[in-house]
Amino acid sequence: MATTATMSKRSLWGGGVAPFKASYGKLMMWFFLLSDAFTFSGLLITYAFLRWSAPAYVGDPKDFVFSTEYWPIPEKVYEAFPGFHGVELPLVFVGLMTFILIMSSVTMVLAVEAGHRMDKKNVVKWMLWTIIGGFAFLSCQAWEWSHFITGTDTATIGDVVLNGIWRNNYEIFGANLTFNQYGPPAFAALFFFITGFHGFHVFSGVLLNVLIFFNAANGVYERRGHYEMVEKVGLYWHFVDLVWVFVFTFFYLI
Amino acid sequence: MEQATSNIQVQPADKSVIMGIWKVALILAVITGIEYLFAFTMDAGFLRSTIFVALTIVKAFYIVSEFMHLGHEVKGLIYSIILPMMFIIWLIVALVNMEGAAVKDSRGIVDYEPAGTEQMNDSK
Repeated sequence: MATTATMSKRSLWGGGVAPFKASYGKLMMWFFLLSDAFTFSGLLITYAFLRWSAPAYVGDPKDFVFSTEYWPIPEKVYEAFPGFHGVELPLVFVGLMTFILIMSSVTMVLAVEAGHRMDKKNVVKWMLWTIIGGFAFLSCQAWEWSHFITGTDTATIGDVVLNGIWRNNYEIFGANLTFNQYGPPAFAALFFFITGFHGFHVFSGVLLNVLIFFNAANGVYERRGHYEMVEKVGLYWHFVDLVWVFVFTFFYLI
Repeated sequence: MEQATSNIQVQPADKSVIMGIWKVALILAVITGIEYLFAFTMDAGFLRSTIFVALTIVKAFYIVSEFMHLGHEVKGLIYSIILPMMFIIWLIVALVNMEGAAVKDSRGIVDYEPAGTEQMNDSK
């Protein structure tokens, strides 16, 4: 410490010291996350661009019906909840998913905090809660996707191309990559791509968390003398939560 | 390597640090609650979208600054993450707000207005 304090600014970047006071791995995780943020920004730009150049529904939201002609109101699409068939619960399920992911982020912070104190027992405990939260979120997403794909009780009438044949006034149920009952084809395609890409990040995060959990439980980090791996994977996990905050706003609220 | 295990000292938990973590969690929950309040009481429009984006950025600030600990890092590291993101956000605003509307305008895409009892003009 004494040597770094007397060093000039020039020699700070001359090697031998860590100017950012962070390890190589942590810095690289930050820069990876920055590049990943660019990827998600690209997806969100695509979404917003297609959405705001598509015809909007400007009538009374109470009279809203699905049509392939205009972009749907999100609250009318995401209103299902497991076990409440036919009950309109707009955004309740996605609220639960947000809560689960934020909670698992909190347990991750607690695991990192326990790691700073070399508290192996608590690192293992909080990592386990984080993994449970991750699996809970993925399960919710699996249900949401299957509901989105299956669709509601009422079909939307639209002209579609099915197996290469043009079909007029076709009864559309649910969604696939070529057409869907909720709105223009791009709506479902973007839903699958963006929530799918995020879900894949969550899945990778859960795998990393499981790895860290077993390493921590087996005392790998205790023998190493620090729990920095928990911190690095924690950064990734918070990033997944951060992306969800944006997906939640752009896809479900606006 | 193995003998190092014996002199590991588990430090006691600092109550104020734990409370700080839960405080941030509470802030995030409250902001999400406010977003729901707006979603159910306010009509969709430019103002509501702006409020949502603003609240989202507040949430993002707390997650990045506190959970990801960036707020407590060296200034150089903070800027090397935040500056590129600020340029990206600039790009997003430019593309979404202006380009999206301009493309819609130049293609002659019109919004759908339900007329009376007729729900869909091209269905049976």
